[in-house]
Amino acid sequence: MSDHHINLPEGSIGKQTTTLNLGPTHPATHGVFQNVLELDGERIVSADSTIGYIHRAFEKIAERRPLYQITTLTDRLNYCSSPINNMGWHLTCEKLLGVKTPKRVDYLRIIIMELARISDHLICNSIVGVDAGAYTGFLYLMQYRELIYEIYEEVCGSRLTTNIGRIGGFERNFTPKAFEKLEKFLKEYPPVLREFNNMFKRNRIFMERTIGVGPISAERAKNYGFTGPNLRAAGVDYDVRVHNPYSSYEDMEFNVPVGSTGDCYDRFLVRDQEMWQSLSIIEQAYRKVQEFSGAESEVYHANIPEYYLPEKKDVYTKMEALIWHFKIIMGEIDIPPGEVYMSVEGGNGELGFYLISDGGRTPYRLHFRRPCFVYYQAYEELVKGSMLSDAIITMSSLNLIAGEMDC
Amino acid sequence: MSLSNDRIKERLAERFGEQVSNFAEPYGMLTFEAPKDQNLKVMQFLYEDEELKFRFLTDLQAVHYPHLQERELAVVYHLHNLEDNSRIRFKVFTSTATPDVFTATKLFAGANWMERETYDFYGVNFIGHPNLKRILNVDEMDYFPMRKEFPLEEQTRVDKDDEMFGR
Repeated sequence: MSDHHINLPEGSIGKQTTTLNLGPTHPATHGVFQNVLELDGERIVSADSTIGYIHRAFEKIAERRPLYQITTLTDRLNYCSSPINNMGWHLTCEKLLGVKTPKRVDYLRIIIMELARISDHLICNSIVGVDAGAYTGFLYLMQYRELIYEIYEEVCGSRLTTNIGRIGGFERNFTPKAFEKLEKFLKEYPPVLREFNNMFKRNRIFMERTIGVGPISAERAKNYGFTGPNLRAAGVDYDVRVHNPYSSYEDMEFNVPVGSTGDCYDRFLVRDQEMWQSLSIIEQAYRKVQEFSGAESEVYHANIPEYYLPEKKDVYTKMEALIWHFKIIMGEIDIPPGEVYMSVEGGNGELGFYLISDGGRTPYRLHFRRPCFVYYQAYEELVKGSMLSDAIITMSSLNLIAGEMDC
Repeated sequence: MSLSNDRIKERLAERFGEQVSNFAEPYGMLTFEAPKDQNLKVMQFLYEDEELKFRFLTDLQAVHYPHLQERELAVVYHLHNLEDNSRIRFKVFTSTATPDVFTATKLFAGANWMERETYDFYGVNFIGHPNLKRILNVDEMDYFPMRKEFPLEEQTRVDKDDEMFGR
């Protein structure tokens, strides 16, 4: 590695503008990526983004791993909503393997995925508040993300990088305690969110800081490949949950909120409305889960011995279970050949998995379509000509997650 | 879904005849192959045609097939028609000796980084790309790490044993 890591732009001596390095480790970037901003006074002339600081070669690593070991890689994409990534991966595998999951599993998955969406949007919206100068909302909402993490903990044992669920369902049934915690969250969160909104939505300072900041038209947003809340804020009602329903989302009643101007304020409002929709989806799914009776009310995985680990007590007592356990753990199951693209509505947009299998034990090629990576390239266009402080708030309202960008 | 896979196939065959080939529908998504010098023409046709309207580039990536002679690299495009909600996938194959493919950045601004990533990992040279340089790896890297000639380390390898740190 030589000294040419420091690349001064051409003609940088004697120029009229200032070069400002925003990142790679700047508190306002909320992640590890760098923006080299060219400033004229406080106005941004150009922005050059450098990413890849936490590139971990997941796609390469995945080529050596059996399917169930790849789930832990997906955790680390968008770590604010890792359960959605996990579920997306399981759904991709299930699509490739042709597994049909029971309805109860689908509904439980919806509960987990929508909780993850809430925790993702909650962080994003409160961080927008922080960057606008209001720390209180962030600290206040953070306590309620804790309630969501406690639910994850009850279901899968971990909090941030969850590795939740398995191919075909969940690793264990939801405990009564998990549902208790869910009820607690459903009861306590709405009034808090309402209070948070009271603080921001019609706050003069907040509105001045966000309205008309970092706007993008629907046409440009589509051209850039925007998806998720950022695309919907520009006025395009594209939602994977509606367009290509997965995990029985077609059984749920919900609205897709859209904005019109695609600026920071609209992105804030869209995320906020989505949280309310998610709450209603969780309630519906929870009601449907409670309606199951008899043996159905205990189902938490599909019956696929080739991919789903047998219960431990069977492994110790039954020959067949022991064989499957061994084969799965050693990664000795061949995946059927085929190529499949599956996408889910992640916290930031369409999270796609393109999986090619040549019939071996590991994927031949796996590509993650990371929404963050796709829409971050529009950043220069969004901030050009705006003030430096607006660039910061634009960045946080796009909800850029370095883990997802670099993969 | 008002736009069926058969109809898309028909329209493509009308316009490009024999040039588009290998139609398949794995898991319901129409997949086909185009010659590499035609990739932009095919994409532009899909974009501009009043019936097809594939105006959203979902994803773009490459796959390496070292065993295929003269067509080792496949560049895969996933396109989406948001109005009729139908998706297609098309591939162009190129050799590693001359991995030149036309860029899609004129049609889709979002292709910029996706193509840079594809170049970074597979060395596909996108002709006409405004800024084709590495994106996730360091600039000094002189190989394309996702190609199959760079296998991941053998898990059972012993020659790297270290007194202090073990494996």
